Amino acid sequence: MAIISIRDLVVEYDGRRILDGLNLDIEQGETMVLLGGSGSGKSTLLRQIIGLERPRSGTVIVKGTDINSCSQSELNHVRRSIGVTFQSGALFNSLTLEENVALNLREHTELAPPIIDLVVSMLLAAVGLSEFGKLRPQELSGGMKKRGAVARALALDPEILVFDEPSAGLDPVVAAELDELILLLKQVYQVTIVVVTHELTSAFMIADRMAMLYDGAFVAVGTKEEIKSSKNPHVQQFLDRIPGKIARTTEISNLFERYLEAPEVNQ
Amino acid sequence: MATQLERVGRKTLDQLDYLGSLSIQLWVTLRSMKKALPFVGNRYRWKASVDQMLQIGVDAFPMVALMAVASGFILAMQGASELRRFGALHYVIDLVAVGFTRELGPLLAAIAVSGRSGSAFAAEVGTMKVTEEIDALRVMAFDPVEFVLAPKYLAALVAVPCLSIISGVCGIVAGGIFMFFSTHLGFLLYLRYVLMSIELHDVVSALIKSIAFATIIAQVGCLEGFRVRGGPDAVGRSTTAAVVKATFLVVIADAVFTAIFYFMRKP
Repeated sequence: MAIISIRDLVVEYDGRRILDGLNLDIEQGETMVLLGGSGSGKSTLLRQIIGLERPRSGTVIVKGTDINSCSQSELNHVRRSIGVTFQSGALFNSLTLEENVALNLREHTELAPPIIDLVVSMLLAAVGLSEFGKLRPQELSGGMKKRGAVARALALDPEILVFDEPSAGLDPVVAAELDELILLLKQVYQVTIVVVTHELTSAFMIADRMAMLYDGAFVAVGTKEEIKSSKNPHVQQFLDRIPGKIARTTEISNLFERYLEAPEVNQ
Repeated sequence: MATQLERVGRKTLDQLDYLGSLSIQLWVTLRSMKKALPFVGNRYRWKASVDQMLQIGVDAFPMVALMAVASGFILAMQGASELRRFGALHYVIDLVAVGFTRELGPLLAAIAVSGRSGSAFAAEVGTMKVTEEIDALRVMAFDPVEFVLAPKYLAALVAVPCLSIISGVCGIVAGGIFMFFSTHLGFLLYLRYVLMSIELHDVVSALIKSIAFATIIAQVGCLEGFRVRGGPDAVGRSTTAAVVKATFLVVIADAVFTAIFYFMRKP
């Protein structure tokens, strides 16, 4: 049974259609990578999955609960089983790294403070940040912030882990470390992982299945091999990194030539 | 003509929308306030409230005191220069005592807090919005109003009336110093005249005003923060808007309350 089920999802902003009738099932325990270029709607889809926005129509069912029609308490119950790592990490700047990781445990569980401290130190060790617990987020590097956010997301032992652009803004070495961490989490915690990314290396390293978004619709859904062998022109263009309509170099050079030849410029 | 009417209509609707948002936010905050109270609420929210009280109240104390002393001297000197011509110099005591208790004490405190803390609220909440911290709170099943706004509002409700009293006392003391140097009136005698000229009604009206001012400053500051869309430049704009709108609304509210109390006292 699918742990996340998306049916006929339509999202519009100011009359502009961002997601156009999406259907997708994410099975328990699999790593699903939502792939797509900038503006394809993948982050919007992610916000729908975690219930941050409501769609114009369609449903998002997480663990059997329709998160758009359920009550706030039901939504909160579902949210406690989802750990989210945002693009920027979104650690709270007013708290130390330890306090960030402990926040969920402190507020949503009845655990005694020494137990919370123990869990926090274990989580920080799991993401390789044991020595940095006393630091505030502004004192951490980009990669450390993201790993700290992973530790915070793991605090309530979630069934689903969601990553928004985990390798964005990181150098290749740190990005690869984060990919390895995601693989490790899947192996150790047996969680369902949903990753939004446009980084191909990352995507092919961590994915069990992939869904390629183009212009608000899925153009391909399948295993890594199925995506690689897809005949869809948008998938091929994305995988082969062929420039799209924005970077038509011949048109740009023609414009420059016309500009340089203009009498006003030559005067 | 139609375009002008359209513009006026749109602006009016925008202002109504703003007031509506402010009212809804106030209602939601009042419902969340229990969580920020000591003993019955969440101890972390109460701790956050105390931190905010220190920032809003204690940190603003020197500024408010200095502003009140300067204004006390100004009011006493300006009043004396006119009243002396009619041989009514002793009325300076009534002018300063009543003026600071009813009006200038709460107003000066509110203007200082609006400039210091109103802008800080907008900047803090706006930055949390831009860095996805507000989204992170929501997906961690926390209510951003309860987590961010309620402690600030509770702190403002405590700190602004305290600052208003301090401001009033400092202004009256400044008037006493002026009277001592200009008429050799002893300070204890001055204080006796002050107590004779102010009534309990004046103190109560000042406290009611300062609670209203605290509400305006906290709610406008946080609403501007929550309405931030885009990047860091939007945070800057929201900070400016918070100070301008809060100060404007404080003065309007002051006029309304003064009129209400004036007509209530009229025999």
